[in-house]
Amino acid sequence: MTIYNLYIFDRYGTLLYYGEWNRSKQSGMSREEEGKLMYGMLFSIKSFVAKISPLDPKEGFMHYKTSKYTLHCLETPSGLKFVMNTDNQAQGVRDLLKKIYGEIYVKYAIRNPMCGIGEPITSELFKNKLDAFIKQSPIQYARAS
Amino acid sequence: MSRQTSRLDAKKVNSELLTLTYGALVSQMLKETENPEDVNKQLERIGYNMGVRLIEDFLARTTSTRCLEMRETADKIQQAFRLYLNMQPTVTSWSSSGDEFSLVWDQCALSDWVEMPNNGLRYCALIPGAIRGALQMVQLEVQCWFVQDQLKGDAVTELRVKYIKRLEDAVPAGED
Repeated sequence: MTIYNLYIFDRYGTLLYYGEWNRSKQSGMSREEEGKLMYGMLFSIKSFVAKISPLDPKEGFMHYKTSKYTLHCLETPSGLKFVMNTDNQAQGVRDLLKKIYGEIYVKYAIRNPMCGIGEPITSELFKNKLDAFIKQSPIQYARAS
Repeated sequence: MSRQTSRLDAKKVNSELLTLTYGALVSQMLKETENPEDVNKQLERIGYNMGVRLIEDFLARTTSTRCLEMRETADKIQQAFRLYLNMQPTVTSWSSSGDEFSLVWDQCALSDWVEMPNNGLRYCALIPGAIRGALQMVQLEVQCWFVQDQLKGDAVTELRVKYIKRLEDAVPAGED
């Protein structure tokens, strides 16, 4: 079970943070471009999923799966999007994302007066805490690479 | 912040310390600014900036989902008052269309030991600012103002909240 990477977007589509752990193949475009495409795709999927839903959706889109990886998305009511790519065996990623939101993002970005709202997070403390959190999470069996 | 509070339990900071710090801040602002109206505006802005951040903390702590109508929103605001200020405001005076309500309280941690100058200062302008900021982050635009104020001799403090409109999700560039 492996975590590949994590994107955090704000509600205007700004890529606030990007982190990767075991990503062995890059997409071949700039991080900025990749972030924009990722947000655009999620935006479209989200609105289409809501449109074809037979019932009024509460949480809407949560994840998709390919033969090689699963993309999980957590959107908070304030419009932040936490997007994580993992392999297909990973369980409980949604709870993990909720924890990243509550225990890492709120604690080390929101409560940090040096981190502007809607600006990319550059704080080293945030990065270190996130890394430590990911490394000790049960999903992450460090696959030395 | 987390670094400073690591020695001190963040949950147990003396409320009197908060009251006095806030009082010192307001009186200093009054000294530096001639016009109390400007102080009101500044306090509202400080509150707004706090609200914008506070909402994330609130959402993470309460794991609340999106509100479908104003009554739910009012409950959440009430809950937030309890959580952050240990206050128990009551929600009353709904307008017939259900888009406007009052929060009424008779005790506020911020306004203990305050002597009000008689110049139109809204001492607690921080609170409506925080509500406005927090709700803006969940795509709700509201107006928020004081109807009655204990510090001005009324029996209770009444804060009116009015729903203006829903802010729409941002569309990424180049999409419809």
